[in-house]
Amino acid sequence: MQGMMIARAGELLENGTVTRVLGWQTGEFVYDITPAVFESAEELEKGFVYNSFCGNNLSKYLIQASRKEGKILVFLKPCDTYSFNQLIKEHRIVRENVYIIGIPCDGKTDGEFLKAKGVKGILGIREEGDNFVVDTLYGEKTIAREDALPERCRNCKSKKHMVYDELMGEEGEVLDSHRFDMVEKLEAMTPDERFAFWRSQLSRCIRCNACRNVCPACSCEKCVFDNPQSGIAQKAAADSFEENMFHIIRAFHVAGRCTDCGECSRVCPQNIPLHLLNRKFIKDIDTFYGEYQAGEDTESRAPLTNYTQEDVEPSIVYTRGGNN
Amino acid sequence: MPNEVKAFKPKIVAFCCNWCSYAGADLAGTNRLNYPADVKIIRVPCSCRVNPMFILRAFQRGADGVILCGCHPGDCHYTTGNYYARRRMTLLFSMLDYLGIEKERTRVEWVSAAEGAKFAATMNDFVETVTRLGENKRLEDLRCKE
Repeated sequence: MQGMMIARAGELLENGTVTRVLGWQTGEFVYDITPAVFESAEELEKGFVYNSFCGNNLSKYLIQASRKEGKILVFLKPCDTYSFNQLIKEHRIVRENVYIIGIPCDGKTDGEFLKAKGVKGILGIREEGDNFVVDTLYGEKTIAREDALPERCRNCKSKKHMVYDELMGEEGEVLDSHRFDMVEKLEAMTPDERFAFWRSQLSRCIRCNACRNVCPACSCEKCVFDNPQSGIAQKAAADSFEENMFHIIRAFHVAGRCTDCGECSRVCPQNIPLHLLNRKFIKDIDTFYGEYQAGEDTESRAPLTNYTQEDVEPSIVYTRGGNN
Repeated sequence: MPNEVKAFKPKIVAFCCNWCSYAGADLAGTNRLNYPADVKIIRVPCSCRVNPMFILRAFQRGADGVILCGCHPGDCHYTTGNYYARRRMTLLFSMLDYLGIEKERTRVEWVSAAEGAKFAATMNDFVETVTRLGENKRLEDLRCKE
């Protein structure tokens, strides 16, 4: 796959269709993949990688990149195309300046995830059927795909590209995922249990803002959290209120726009399951206002910028989820 | 007596829209209807002016309950404002509940300018609910406490 991608990107650079390529390169460690821009075939040959660690969603980088002169080539996995569409809908990306190659994805693992499973000295990774074969200092280790995938990939919502100019591999399908299972489990708890659960999760937050910075939906030029008057502009959360407030507001600001790409949970250095907050909003929107998948198209109105006269009253909340 | 335990008096913030609920509160006053003095009214141009941050900030600054009052759906002075507010607040309250924070501390009521009695009754009921729940502990900011 990586070879094919480099060859095709080289061709497009050669014939002048694009002037730059947005892809991935290896960071400090092989599992530490970072997004990168390449401007020539030599650079591609030297630095471009595509493997099972390339989970980064590249859509957000196009906000800046597509405003520059010349066309940019970007490789998007199916879930990244949802974010791309959502940004097009919000007029954040200049579509004419982007050339999309859709690439198939069977789920991406994560270095931290493998390390937690006791894999040490990672040197490389490849896919073999239903397994990941990890090349390590201590020899090759085979791990079943199911065990090595983070939650967002185990409950993959779609293998279908929503938008592309060119497709590598087969066209996929939208899947029936079980992504709301955990949300339902939490909803079935008593409020006290839920409070304890979220306190144990959110109190680990170090306010690094990685979740905000990586989120394709969270891309305002001026962020409310950078306002010194916001009440939570501290470098670190000073008390439990700030943790709650930050995460409620962060999730609320992307409600109805979150495509559930799961980047927030992937980058969280404290492994807080942040996608569960976003999914709660998605689930509520689905139940209250009808099924809606952000990024599925570029035309429809987002649920929070829309209304019907028959919408449920907020008091419906009192009848759900148990009482204190 | 210095050792006497004071009965809990909740602090309630009521966001009232300028066109209906604020006038409704006025009417409650001119009609001499009683509602607890614990309710502090903040006038907003429209119920949809209230963003989720306002509600959380009110809790941060020591409110025990926050209520949002606006025109009845369909009667908004700006035609559609309260429809948007309705969706936002439904989602926000549901999220608070999801985090295990008492959802009864938050409420939305539609009060028109002619409903002084409803305003008083709503406030009495809400203050009673919040008094029963007691002090806001789950969404408090200790730095803002006396």
